[in-house]
Amino acid sequence: MSDELEIKELEEVVVRFSGDSGDGMQLAGNIFSTVSATVGNSISTFPDYPADIRAPQGSLTGVSGFQVHIGAEQVYTPGDKCDVLVAMNAAALKTQYRYAKPGAAIIIDTDSFGPKDLEKAAFKSNDYLGEMGIDPDRVIACPISQMVKDCLADSGMDVKAMMKCRNMFALGLVCWLFDRDLDVAFNYLKEKFAKKAGVAEANIKVIKAGYDYGHNTHSSVANVYRIETKHKVPGRYMDITGNKATAYGFIAAAEKAGLKLYLGSYPITPATDVLHELSKHKSLGVTTVQCEDEIAGCASALGASFAGALGVTSTSGPGICLKSEAMNLAVIMELPLVVLDVQRGGPATGLPTKSEQTDLLQCLFGRNGESPMPVIAATSPTDCFDAAYQASKMALEHMTPVILMTDAYIANGSSAFKLPNLADYPAINPPYVPEELKGKWAPYLRNEDTKVRYWAVPGREGFEHILGGLEKDNQTGAISTNPENHDLMTRLRKEKVDKIPVPDLEVLGDKDDADLLIVGFGGTFGHLHAAMDTMRASGKKVAMAHFKFINPLPKNTSEVLLKYKKVVVAEQNMGQLASWLRMKVDGFVPYQFNQVKGQPFVVEELVNAFEDILKK
Amino acid sequence: MNYTAQDFKKGQPRWCPGCGDHFFLASLHKAMAEIGVDPWNTAVISGIGCSSRLPHYMATYGMNTIHGRAAAIATGAKVANPNLTVWQVSGDGDGLAIGGNHFIHANRRNINLNMILLNNRIYGLTKGQYSPTSPRGFVSKSSPYGTVEDPFRPAELCFGARGHFFARAVATDAPATVEVLKAAYQHKGASVCEILQNCVIFNNGTHDSVYTKEGRAKNAIYVEHGKPLIFGENNEFGLIQEGFGLKIVEIGKNGITEKDILVHDAHCEDNTLQLKLALMGNGDGFPIALGVIRDVEAPTYDESVTSQIEEVKASKKYHNFAELLETNDIWEVK
Repeated sequence: MSDELEIKELEEVVVRFSGDSGDGMQLAGNIFSTVSATVGNSISTFPDYPADIRAPQGSLTGVSGFQVHIGAEQVYTPGDKCDVLVAMNAAALKTQYRYAKPGAAIIIDTDSFGPKDLEKAAFKSNDYLGEMGIDPDRVIACPISQMVKDCLADSGMDVKAMMKCRNMFALGLVCWLFDRDLDVAFNYLKEKFAKKAGVAEANIKVIKAGYDYGHNTHSSVANVYRIETKHKVPGRYMDITGNKATAYGFIAAAEKAGLKLYLGSYPITPATDVLHELSKHKSLGVTTVQCEDEIAGCASALGASFAGALGVTSTSGPGICLKSEAMNLAVIMELPLVVLDVQRGGPATGLPTKSEQTDLLQCLFGRNGESPMPVIAATSPTDCFDAAYQASKMALEHMTPVILMTDAYIANGSSAFKLPNLADYPAINPPYVPEELKGKWAPYLRNEDTKVRYWAVPGREGFEHILGGLEKDNQTGAISTNPENHDLMTRLRKEKVDKIPVPDLEVLGDKDDADLLIVGFGGTFGHLHAAMDTMRASGKKVAMAHFKFINPLPKNTSEVLLKYKKVVVAEQNMGQLASWLRMKVDGFVPYQFNQVKGQPFVVEELVNAFEDILKK
Repeated sequence: MNYTAQDFKKGQPRWCPGCGDHFFLASLHKAMAEIGVDPWNTAVISGIGCSSRLPHYMATYGMNTIHGRAAAIATGAKVANPNLTVWQVSGDGDGLAIGGNHFIHANRRNINLNMILLNNRIYGLTKGQYSPTSPRGFVSKSSPYGTVEDPFRPAELCFGARGHFFARAVATDAPATVEVLKAAYQHKGASVCEILQNCVIFNNGTHDSVYTKEGRAKNAIYVEHGKPLIFGENNEFGLIQEGFGLKIVEIGKNGITEKDILVHDAHCEDNTLQLKLALMGNGDGFPIALGVIRDVEAPTYDESVTSQIEEVKASKKYHNFAELLETNDIWEVK
């Protein structure tokens, strides 16, 4: 660093990498977040990629983004808007500038702002900065493509291969801007391209070139920034996405329960990464079957459960539609099954790569008959691990299918994950039928307290039995159409689910004297928390209660919801949680904040809306 | 263990008197006793339909699931627990209409399932609609003017899905049914057994030509691997290959001797002639083929899954969750 350069301390910063979907923005963003997490910064990331497989190069629909929020203190969201925007082409600048804060630094590759690029991005003139109203002083305009070509001139690579390294130049520049240690990035690349040493070497060379470019020509920006870590929680960490954490949670639960993990699945955005992740881990005995359809994914997982495994199926909303029939079979057969719904925008194919919370009522009610199923909604990328573990434990110990809801936002987003120690997690004890019941046992014999039936896994002599989709007699397990028996079985199935213990609802913030209680569920935890923090910082009395366990609801739900003068239920749908809570809590009349844009909440918008409610 | 049919029986079947399901159930009990797999290591999994009630009458583990999904559910059970012997039972509607996708993929993957297709060419439980195996022009409650669609021929579907085992028996023909079921069990992989059976109420007489011993003597040919394809009341006819097809010849006429007759090869990888055998009958002048028509060894899915897991276990250094965590990029905050 040159002497006159000022190093400025920041509490937090948001960087958004954007470019064509082939420009490697996800990789650049991932490396930057890893580099930052390694020094102990809190991180939260959000990939925002287009639904098109590969939109025409340079087009507005083909822009892919990756936002990283790093902070000295805990960060809860990937940030509303960015402090630094990297725009690798004209289309990226056009579509992504709206995510930049006023005064944000903008890094652009001037080689991708030629007349054709500008035309594809629907600019009217050469003065693209003027058209966007961007102050040129804030722009680090750099001929990245040319510099990458120069840098790799001796590498023997063709131009196309060279251009794939442009992202690394931008990454190097950002690393310089935030005073990051490049060694971590180098190691990341060496590992990623372990079998392609040439590629790793080229990328490393280009990162260095980007870093040096920043170092040598920093005149366009005044500072180098540094984010020091405060309040460190000591421990060993890794970066993890919600989908990977979910997969890990299933693995951990199966190991704890001493059962084989079976995943029956079908590729669907944004859940497919769970199938990918679990498919890798055959050395742990994980069995994954990519089935012929969603129906078979769920049906085969149920077959696996019947045969004594932890049966899991993973999907998104459209898959839930197809799986509902086999989920219902699991309800009446009272077998364990975990159904993962990584929510995306709907209805129908909807917005496959975007995030919503619009499946809640489908998960609660979307089956024929009285079909109670526990529903758990993970609250953050790292919470997906615990949620998957809890869902598996619940399914196995209570002999019921369980729906685990996540969403595209937390599934693809990542944050630093303190490595869990499985010994610290509660035991999982499925209710295997005791040997002494041989001869006296029938399939629907239940534990009197929990109403859970016993599990007889095929292979055990003397417990041969049949299960099925037809109503069964509570005593004998034989098919029964007896009216009283059906009524009884319906009540028993409900009672069993209602009796599942879940943790109490926790109130955060000004829990004793809040003027407003913010209520949400699942993946919006970070944004709602950030909104609460912002409001409290400005002197408002605000609390929040966030639902992870949705069916059954925590026991103190009514008490919490009825305690505060004003309650707002904020969710990314038209009011599904609010409907459920109104159904379950007499006299509950909340305000509602509903947004269905396929994008994460914007903290500033939440704060504005909540402050309006306070004024009412 | 030595078992008798009695050891596999349970309950009182509730099918209509004379229904083909009764005959098949008795043969299945007998076959299972002869096979000798313990009832507690056996699972019988069905979908929905008259014939899908069958697991209720088995003293084994079982599931009477939902319409069409038996093959998918059986797939999960077998792959998760390869020690189980899994029998999957479906009717023609359950297996080939709503469950058609699972039927073809179970065959393609070659899951080690014994897949029973009870074909009475009608929906019985819903009281008489045409099924995907009902012939064109079939009059039923849902086709009062006759169907205007061609049926599936199950063998064609099985072969098209790269099935490695296909056998056929008539429900009333107990000895041959038992033999076919035992062969299906012996075959490692998806084993499709088409059982021709009568629905006395909604499609009476659909398999009349072969439903009696006398009828089979005239209208059926029992095929056996390694034996010449001879049939007729006095074994007077045989099949030979001519051009792209098969031809019926009379032994002793035109210089034809038994040596000229085509010898059945169920183990032949190429399924061309096996398919021709399977498609014979139903008014083309050829007899209906009964017995094991195709029986070819191939890697099974469930065994391949298990062996792949063992291979990866041997080649990877992490075998539990704690070791899995260590494969990530980890940093330490002190």
